[in-house]
Amino acid sequence: MAPTGQLKLIDRVSAINWNRVQDDKDLEVWDRLVGNFWLPEKVPVSNDIQSWNTLSDAEKLMTTRVFTGLTLLDTIQGTVGAVSLIPDAITPHEEAVYTNIAFMESVHAKSYSSIFSTLISTKEIDEAFAWSEENPYLQRKAEIVLDYYRGDDPLKRKVASTMLESFLFYSGFYAPMYWSSRAKLTNTADLIRLIIRDEAVHGYYIGYKFQKGLAQLGSTEQDEMKAYTFELLFELYENEVEYTDALYGELGLTEDVKKFLRYNANKALMNLGYEGLFPKDETDVNPAILAALSPNADENHDFFSGSGSSYVIGKAVHTEDDDWDF
Amino acid sequence: MGSLVYFSSVSENTHRFVQRLDLEELGMPVHRIPLRPADGFLTVDEPYVLMVPTYGGGNEGGSVPRQVRRFLGDAHNRSLIRGVIAAGNTNFGAAYCIAGDIISAKCQVPYLYAFELLGTAEDAQRVRDGLGRFWQRQSLISA
Repeated sequence: MAPTGQLKLIDRVSAINWNRVQDDKDLEVWDRLVGNFWLPEKVPVSNDIQSWNTLSDAEKLMTTRVFTGLTLLDTIQGTVGAVSLIPDAITPHEEAVYTNIAFMESVHAKSYSSIFSTLISTKEIDEAFAWSEENPYLQRKAEIVLDYYRGDDPLKRKVASTMLESFLFYSGFYAPMYWSSRAKLTNTADLIRLIIRDEAVHGYYIGYKFQKGLAQLGSTEQDEMKAYTFELLFELYENEVEYTDALYGELGLTEDVKKFLRYNANKALMNLGYEGLFPKDETDVNPAILAALSPNADENHDFFSGSGSSYVIGKAVHTEDDDWDF
Repeated sequence: MGSLVYFSSVSENTHRFVQRLDLEELGMPVHRIPLRPADGFLTVDEPYVLMVPTYGGGNEGGSVPRQVRRFLGDAHNRSLIRGVIAAGNTNFGAAYCIAGDIISAKCQVPYLYAFELLGTAEDAQRVRDGLGRFWQRQSLISA
């Protein structure tokens, strides 16, 4: 690859001392990421072969294309995105967390290949990758994010990165949740849920570091950064809508996916410290999709909106914590 | 009227939600559990609802922040809890807002509400109204 500029690396490296942590969040997130570590080989995707064969050709095509799109995003985040954040890191521990994120994104990218090799032929895999190279909306999304990663503004890089982690994946994540809600490809969905869990920690952490940086700016610059963030979100959202229609239009799912997009766009903004943009009636995700994402996300935990006649006591949960004194 | 006790990490997500509730205006005292052990220990003297974020994950512990476990480890503090509200992220699947389940089951108090990240405007309105009604009802019961 031809060099496009000077190779950007951090100027000076000191030996990292985990016994002197400047930001507790670095250690907390490192521990969380290590605790959540997984590999695709642990998930028995081959149990989905029978289920895969019940899908129509159009459904198979949509699903295959979704996974090539996700593979591209994870590849970008693993080899460029998370790595591009390292030179801007404030603490050595923050650098270490980014290397962890980068590696995990590469694990995610590889896990799609293990789904492909289990479910479809080499010829179909090649065709799907060719589609991903040619789809203008997928390429546009990659281009927008890569432009910021190559740019010279550390905070904008974090905004773009959080958008990718917390928003841009979700046009793709919809598909396995949709199948899971119909009791299809359930092992594949289990694998994708592990990826979704990781992306939540990544988006939270990068968004947190964005907010730390933002707090150092004056109020004018802060306002500019907020305006920039919302503009970028709109630009990406418009592109996501087109991309969604290209993937799901034929199956009549576009509107359902768009609710899921807006719901996650709001969460990306929240990870950056801003309030959500899209109102409640535009983010009312199909309950079956929400239940596939989180079986715990039902209305049982809204005592306040009910008549108040019956309380819900939480289910007893086994915890490994040994410092409960009662 | 009872109070609200909450924990928020340096990310301040839960703190920002609490600020939007403006509970002091309702005459409801608000107490924050200190961020680190070195920052002191909170002892409460009136009934309270506890609001906590869930730390992501689920299968290896740590879902309830350590400082909250420490706060509830005190028998006097624990005797005054009346309900729990939890924050979380649906991305954690079955572990979504599980800190609320854990505390509700351990302390045998109602799990009142769950919300995501910073919460929405609707979440803030429901929790604000709901807490007001909750303490009204509690005062009728104890009267």
